[in-house]
Amino acid sequence: MLETARQYRRCKKSPVEKTRAFLEKIRSDTFNAFITVDEAGALQGAQVAEELLKSPDAGALAGIPVAIKDNICTRGVRTTCASKILSGFVPTYDATVVKKLKEQGAVILGKTNLDEFAMGSTTTSSIAGPTRNPRDPSRTPGGSSGGSGAAVAAGLCAGALGSDTGGSIRMPASFCGITGLKPTYGSVSRYGLVAFASSLDQIGPMAPTARDAAVLFDAIKGYDPLDSTSVPRDYGPTDLDGIDLKGLRIGVPEEFFGEGLNQEVKAAVQSGIAVLEDMGGRIVEVGLPHAGYGVAVFYIVATAEASSNLARYDGVRYGLRVQDPLDLGDMYARTRATGFGPEVKRRIMLGTYVLSAGYYDAYYRKASQVRTLIAEDFRSAFSRCDIIAGPTTPVTAFRLDEMIDDPLSLYLLDIYTIPANLAGLPALSMPCGFDSLGLPVGMQLMAPHFREDLLLGAGISFQDRTAYHQEGS
Amino acid sequence: MKITDGEVLHVAALARIRLDNSEARGLRSDLDKILGYMDILAAVDTTGVNPTHHPLPLVNAMRDDREQGCQDLADVLRNAPQHEDGYIAVPRVI
Amino acid sequence: MKAYDTVIGLEVHAQLLTRTKIFCGCSTQSGLPPNTSTCPVCTGMPGTLPVLNRKVVDLGIMLGLATGCRIASRCIFARKNYFYPDLPKGYQITQYEHPLCEGGTILIETGQGIRRIGITRIHMEEDAGKTIHDDKAPSSYVDYNRSGVPLLEIVSEPDITSSDEAVAYLRELRQILMYLGICDGNMEEGSFRCDANVSVKPAGSSRLGTRTELKNMNSFRNVQRALQYEIERHIEIRESGGEVVQETLLWDPSRSVTASMRSKEESRDYRYFPEPDLVPVEIDTAWIDGVRSGLPELPFARRKRFIEQYGLPAYDAGVLTQAKTVADYYEECVRLLDKPKELSNWIMTEVMRVLNEQGIPITGLNVSPKMLTGLIVLIKKGSISGSMAKEVFAEMAATGESAESIVEKRGIGQISDEQELQSLAQEIINSHPDEARKYCSGKTGLLGFFVGMLMKATQGEANPKLASRIMKELLEG
Repeated sequence: MLETARQYRRCKKSPVEKTRAFLEKIRSDTFNAFITVDEAGALQGAQVAEELLKSPDAGALAGIPVAIKDNICTRGVRTTCASKILSGFVPTYDATVVKKLKEQGAVILGKTNLDEFAMGSTTTSSIAGPTRNPRDPSRTPGGSSGGSGAAVAAGLCAGALGSDTGGSIRMPASFCGITGLKPTYGSVSRYGLVAFASSLDQIGPMAPTARDAAVLFDAIKGYDPLDSTSVPRDYGPTDLDGIDLKGLRIGVPEEFFGEGLNQEVKAAVQSGIAVLEDMGGRIVEVGLPHAGYGVAVFYIVATAEASSNLARYDGVRYGLRVQDPLDLGDMYARTRATGFGPEVKRRIMLGTYVLSAGYYDAYYRKASQVRTLIAEDFRSAFSRCDIIAGPTTPVTAFRLDEMIDDPLSLYLLDIYTIPANLAGLPALSMPCGFDSLGLPVGMQLMAPHFREDLLLGAGISFQDRTAYHQEGS
Repeated sequence: MKITDGEVLHVAALARIRLDNSEARGLRSDLDKILGYMDILAAVDTTGVNPTHHPLPLVNAMRDDREQGCQDLADVLRNAPQHEDGYIAVPRVI
Repeated sequence: MKAYDTVIGLEVHAQLLTRTKIFCGCSTQSGLPPNTSTCPVCTGMPGTLPVLNRKVVDLGIMLGLATGCRIASRCIFARKNYFYPDLPKGYQITQYEHPLCEGGTILIETGQGIRRIGITRIHMEEDAGKTIHDDKAPSSYVDYNRSGVPLLEIVSEPDITSSDEAVAYLRELRQILMYLGICDGNMEEGSFRCDANVSVKPAGSSRLGTRTELKNMNSFRNVQRALQYEIERHIEIRESGGEVVQETLLWDPSRSVTASMRSKEESRDYRYFPEPDLVPVEIDTAWIDGVRSGLPELPFARRKRFIEQYGLPAYDAGVLTQAKTVADYYEECVRLLDKPKELSNWIMTEVMRVLNEQGIPITGLNVSPKMLTGLIVLIKKGSISGSMAKEVFAEMAATGESAESIVEKRGIGQISDEQELQSLAQEIINSHPDEARKYCSGKTGLLGFFVGMLMKATQGEANPKLASRIMKELLEG
């Protein structure tokens, strides 16, 4: 990304040329990374960028072709959430992040594939069909931002935006061997992000390197008066030179290395941590005693919020409406039965149940209390360390024909990523090695609220020292 | 058993999702398993613990009472499956 | 028949007079073409988010203070989940566990004196859109202009014991809202709506009877009739050994009955939970004090003060304080001219008549307090008579001209110029020497004759008192 920006500066390449080249590559994409490619919009954006680049003030993103997960609204370009229920929906507004990218001259190539409504870990439940992992097309790219992950890994865009509710940026970043950042809750506006679980959702960058992720993150972060959960504060630029790891206290929670973690993943992550130690980091043992409850808490809180957030898909104002409804009730029940896929229905049902009369206290309230304990675990851990390191996922990318069909087992893949969402913490996944099949392994770094500088800085320094992020692509 | 067939149908009615019999059966078994897993939370002592609804302790995000302008009627209706004379039309509500 | 106690609790929804909606910047203006006062937020488009209008909290605090509520130091919003076409998000943003205000009182005057009606809570919420039903059309039609208009829901304690008390409570609450200038109080147009919970129990019993919920009462008269009907219906059922069914009923004003709202009601389960898209509202004492400093005197206190300070009868005080604008007008008049009772009479008769005839509020009246007191000063000075003043007032109200200028232009002022009257009187005496002599010899009854002649000479415009005095002086001098 930064290299492309330098090429533009030296007039070696023009945004229009570069955009054409990406569009050409997308046309022959065999990974099904995109749901919608906006060729006309992209070329128009590239032309605007050419003008911008004539000014010495043009930012690092001017003319950079990026892709947007298709649950982020784009004015005039259909936004599907990979769901039949949003058939034909064309937003009349841009999400704040899209507006920001456009203002800075980024070229938006199109909308990437995802699990329906970002509910999944495999990018297989999309109306547009499954996305394949560019590292091994027989395998899943992870999810739910699998389209963005695959597009970045396959070089179909310079960077992409994903969304992360329980790991949906970090998991595909890990499976696809790229870098993905889930920012601090409230540091990137959610306005225009189609809500899955409002108290957990966060948009973030996915890119080939931590440095590129930092450039994208700097472009989209910041207070937005349209999002009440957006945090008003000074968001300084990230130092793209990385940080000195000397003396950095790296917390390693034993809870993240227990049962269920694949041994090859464990080894790769441990070697990654050893590199950080070698660079001057100091390893500290920390405990996150309630992290193991994260999955249970998440699938109560997230589905409760989702059951309410997805109530607006009722066939009245936009999207699918079934033909010839008998009456209003029939229209609702059949539109929603036809429009939502099985996993979305499962989660709406679960969320409706945990909020319903008689169950609220046992499930929703209890989960919200345990959420507090999980956040407190992190608070005390961060009193002893600066960042926390561990695996992003317990396994590497699995084969599409060996798909896990048990929902609960799939949910448990999120076990290491979910705690950061519950506590609103920033978390980064970057490649730290490979398994015996040559599939990338992701290392996850977590930091206190608003300390993305530590994550990206450590990531940049780590990648300046290692080559995992370059291999295999 | 955590959830009965009757509860599955009740929840589906609340969520306005029509289920056929096999779907309802499948959902009952899935939800039963998932809710069974949720039982691990019962072991956590949460006495006196405040629930967390927002990951950050933000308060008082408000705007001034100033008009920001509305959208064009055409934009309101652009995505509507059915509209008439500026209204969104739905099957008759009895 | 046994004696029964009636237990009524009221839920009022008051639309707030903000410029914009509660969670977006669309105008709250009513009467616009359908769906033209909407945006992606208030039509529930995917990805949009609510942002709270600070003014709504201000107005809620204001009503809370006016009704003696505790203002929450921290309150939160919640989602109430249900499906209806005019509810664009599939949930209403309201408050549930932690409302803005709790524990207040409204005083009402009843036949048995003053009663305190408890206010359980006041909370903020968004209004829904409007669904228009047409029996002949295959469709219903939805207009989202009202979607997101701010409401305060005011829930009373079940302290109300009759339909008359219910109406008194509603009148008082509506008057407070209007005094505060936070709601226009229009019941027909739905900016002041009321639902009621009704039950009856054997007199003196502490066990509450089964309650029914009443909706669709869009005037005080309908509230009174609907409640009366429902109370009698409950008693009749109990007298005949039946049981009241807990249900929601609609008042049908054309047939004067209550009717069940839904035959097969999906059990109501709104699945309230804290709204994750909005953060808590924390209210400190500085905020509350700021609102308090802008609080006007409330109707109940003002009535009391009018009686004490101006020596007005209770009736006058009640009429004058009915609307804040009228009370303000009255007090401005009294400030300009210290004739409280006379001003009260003028406002209750002439001013109110013009307001009714013209169908305008007092703020739209052509006659300012200064002009009204100017007119009364003319009467006091004897420049015009009381009956003339009424004519002059009518013209003032029609034209906006001052009393002085109307009197001068029409030449209807009384002749109070002593010299002019003296010379006229002298002429009359000179031309009636016989009568003058008879008067001097004791026939003083002839004074009337001379004054009459003087009045005739001035075409009735002489100040009668002055004319009489001058004539007497000249005859006796």
